[in-house]
Amino acid sequence: MQELIRRYGISLSVIMAAMTAFWLLALVVIPNLVLFKFSFRLYLPVDQLGGPNDVYTLKNYVTFFNSPIHINVFFLTIVYSSLVTLICLIITYPLAYILAKVLKPTDTATFFLVLLIPLWVSEILRSFAWFIILSMQGPLNAILTGIGLIDKPIRWISGFQSVVIGLVYAYILFMLFPIYNAIQALDTNQIEASQDLGASTWRTHWRVVIPHAKPGIASGCVMVFMLCAGSVVVPTTLASTNSRWFTEIIQQWMFEGLDWNVGSAYAFLLLALCILFVSLVMRVLNVRLVDIAK
Amino acid sequence: MSEDVHLSQICMDFGSFRAVNNVEVTIKPGEFFSFLGPSGCGKTTILRLISGFMEPTQGAVKIGGKDMKGIRPNARPTALIFQNLALFPLMPVWENITFGLEVRGVSKEKRRAKAEELLQLVDLHDSADKRISQLSGGQKQRVAIARALAVEPKVMLLDEPLSALDLKLRQHMRAELRAIQKRTGVTFIYITHDQGEALAMSDRVGVMSQGVLQQVATPQEIYNNPVNGFVASFVGENNVIQGKVASVNGGMAQFETAKGAFHAKLGASVGLGDQAKLFVRPEFCSLQPTNETKANSIAVEVTEIAFEGNFVNVFVRDNSGDTHMVQVQNDPSLPPPAPHTACQMVFNPESCMILSEAATSRHGH
Ligand SMILES: Nc1ncnc2c1ncn2[C@@H]1O[C@H](COP(=O)(O)OP(=O)(O)OP(=O)(O)O)[C@@H](O)[C@H]1O
Ligand SMILES: [Mg+2]
Repeated sequence: MQELIRRYGISLSVIMAAMTAFWLLALVVIPNLVLFKFSFRLYLPVDQLGGPNDVYTLKNYVTFFNSPIHINVFFLTIVYSSLVTLICLIITYPLAYILAKVLKPTDTATFFLVLLIPLWVSEILRSFAWFIILSMQGPLNAILTGIGLIDKPIRWISGFQSVVIGLVYAYILFMLFPIYNAIQALDTNQIEASQDLGASTWRTHWRVVIPHAKPGIASGCVMVFMLCAGSVVVPTTLASTNSRWFTEIIQQWMFEGLDWNVGSAYAFLLLALCILFVSLVMRVLNVRLVDIAK
Repeated sequence: MSEDVHLSQICMDFGSFRAVNNVEVTIKPGEFFSFLGPSGCGKTTILRLISGFMEPTQGAVKIGGKDMKGIRPNARPTALIFQNLALFPLMPVWENITFGLEVRGVSKEKRRAKAEELLQLVDLHDSADKRISQLSGGQKQRVAIARALAVEPKVMLLDEPLSALDLKLRQHMRAELRAIQKRTGVTFIYITHDQGEALAMSDRVGVMSQGVLQQVATPQEIYNNPVNGFVASFVGENNVIQGKVASVNGGMAQFETAKGAFHAKLGASVGLGDQAKLFVRPEFCSLQPTNETKANSIAVEVTEIAFEGNFVNVFVRDNSGDTHMVQVQNDPSLPPPAPHTACQMVFNPESCMILSEAATSRHGH
């Protein structure tokens, strides 16, 4: 803070601090607090507001635990978010390694540009593009039948298939960058030292590169998992008849049932349970939060 | 226990740039061999060719008579100690040391025992469970050596491993490295740009310039009989006088210069009538009174005296204004002449050499 004042003067510093505080308070903290309060009250007709029925209660939360269907959807959301995270990790790790250690720096820049260009298009458009690509008469089926890999078109948009594909595509870069940064920071001599001591490529990765990249891998996984579990656009755009995502239920409560109270209770449940899940996994894999923050 | 290394006419090109040119040398089993040369002359490149991180553009690397072409670094009988050591910071000391055994599937108890044994060898007790970041520079050095020794390499490759240490520790580690080499009998190939290091530790030294091996010989031979001006001036100090070979008589020659004629040993690459340079080491010169003019002498005046402790450097200027250096032992009963004294600088024909001035360059093929 003193550094800030020294650099920009007192008035500019105050304005900057105030704007940051406003953004945090008015746009993040207060709306969430309001929703949090909502989640403990009941959805009542207007004339009963302030009446004897308008009390704070855990009923909204209990609704979730009394609904096996919702619990099932929540469970599937966690499972498929984990699957997306795993797929992202498997695709990204070799890519990040090649970008960081195999390619020449000049080629890396071109690669990143190519990877980043799709981000300039909004998430809705990108999901919709996948909807077109994956449709029965779409280009993917046309190509696959064209080169003779399959005889008849595959129904891609069924089950969670299309949602998983869409989510992998949407969030894969959030996995790539932290892992790339972590591997980039590894001294190439360490990789060579490992080889020189007789280690195979596989073991060099297992004992030297992956342990070094672990914080990057962890932060990439947490990010992708949380984004997936909280994603709305991709699961709705690429949904099939039997792929319900937990966020869709929240949306239903709020915009179809108009019951913001249960809706916000569900939203906070999703947040709390995801944090719990992530911390459990991190505990099991022996990763600490401070490592990720680095 | 150890193997010979034969570099057979190797060349290494990076694009159109030839970093190593036609290097031919055989390093004997159990030898301590140093490559000595200035920065950028291709020393690290040679080491990477031997360890297998690069394949030569031409020629072959043979270890124990076996051509190493196509054999990857993890399958070569070499162990490389990197310039920055490249220890694994996330493993404790003992796992670092036995990493090479771990990849060979040795059991944990055996590895632990081997680590203790190697820590004894490099004089590092009670450090097995420390983290790398807890070690001092010299201790890290020893761990790196132990890690390389653990895989029982036939050939140990060291890339300026002492350059990051301070002077005292460097001198201590020199002796230590030499002792470890003698104890284990492994062939050591050592890279340095520090001539003192190369001369003090090696059985033989290869002096390099611009990718070309200039001379391979014992330290004494390199210092006393350099093959050309580059080797002479890279290893040790010299007074240099330009001139022409006037007559040749066996290994000796008469050398005509603007400062007079001198009798000197004739270098290998110089012949009758050649323009060349006379190289005289400061410690082979002496200063004498002017009363009678000696052979092989230059009339000079003392300009400055630099006291170095065990010896004294006396700087003198001749009639044409060139400065020379004479090194004398520090002897309080026989002090060097004071500044502005006129005297003559004398040197023995046996201790000065006529050499071609230039090194063989990478472009001269
Ligand atoms: N991978 C590479 N690509 C292109 N040029 C290279 C490569 N590696 C080395 N060179 C060039 O080859 C020459 C020799 O390099 P090398 O690293 O062998 O020098 P060195 O003798 O070890 O120097 P130093 O004492 O500074 O470590 C240098 O001019 C360097 O620029
Ligand atoms: Mg080098």
